Amino acid sequence: MKKLLALLLCLNSLTAAAQSEVEMADVMRAEGKIYVVVGIILIILFGLFFYLFRLDRKITRLESQTGSNKS
Amino acid sequence: MSSFFKKFWWKYLCVALLIYTTVAGLLVSVPRLAIVNETIRALYFHVPMWFGMVAMFGFSIYYSIEYLRKQNSLSDFMAVEFANTGLLLGILGILTGMLWANYTWGSPWHGDPKQNGAAIALLVYLAYFVLRGSLDNIEQRARLSAVYNIFAFAAMIPLIFIIPRLQDSMHPGSGGNPGFNVYDLDSRMRLVFYPAVIGWILLGVWVASLQVRTRQIKQHLEDV
Repeated sequence: MKKLLALLLCLNSLTAAAQSEVEMADVMRAEGKIYVVVGIILIILFGLFFYLFRLDRKITRLESQTGSNKS
Repeated sequence: MSSFFKKFWWKYLCVALLIYTTVAGLLVSVPRLAIVNETIRALYFHVPMWFGMVAMFGFSIYYSIEYLRKQNSLSDFMAVEFANTGLLLGILGILTGMLWANYTWGSPWHGDPKQNGAAIALLVYLAYFVLRGSLDNIEQRARLSAVYNIFAFAAMIPLIFIIPRLQDSMHPGSGGNPGFNVYDLDSRMRLVFYPAVIGWILLGVWVASLQVRTRQIKQHLEDV
């Protein structure tokens, strides 16, 4: 029984070791996952810029519709 | 200025600068200092709020003086919307500063002279909007608030730039806390910090410009 348990533990540690060595696309998990934070802030910035550009175009359209851009 | 508002090149520049400063601000290496640790990166985001606020209030007082000289409604719109955007950036500066102070100085409100001065300056500018809101006559409102705006700017400069330097402030560039000044000399940080300042000022101008143009459309519709 003890031998079996030891074998199981051994296998377990082997698979764990194997898991940590597997190469995956881990860029987003490197450096304390800082790239995730960069991504989150960029999403917010892109959303903000998208909104501002839309608002800008909307105001430009209103200006030409009301003719207030000539005054 | 109003034709500049409708151009797009500086808006794309603003987008590029802010994306650059966000990525570089979080990833480029910074000086390793005790206590501040990685929060030194907050310099790239917290300080540009204040630079932006001072720039917005600067534009605001310029257009207030323009209003007093020419009495045109566009100058009044410019003055009020730049003051509005400056106030927004100032509030963001206070909030980011409180979060930063909590983890580096030990408490969100430290009674630091610069912190107190900035809070008083914001209150002075809030009174500008109280004054505007309390007057019904459009010309009276524009003229009185333009005069008050000159006072508000004259009060903000010593509150933020002079009084904190006369006392022991924990902000860099003042008395005390000399170890913090290391980053003032770091050229790598300047490469991110100055673009950030320009980017946030451009964003402030952009937001203010949209508000001014909306006010112009509204005024045009009322006149027709």
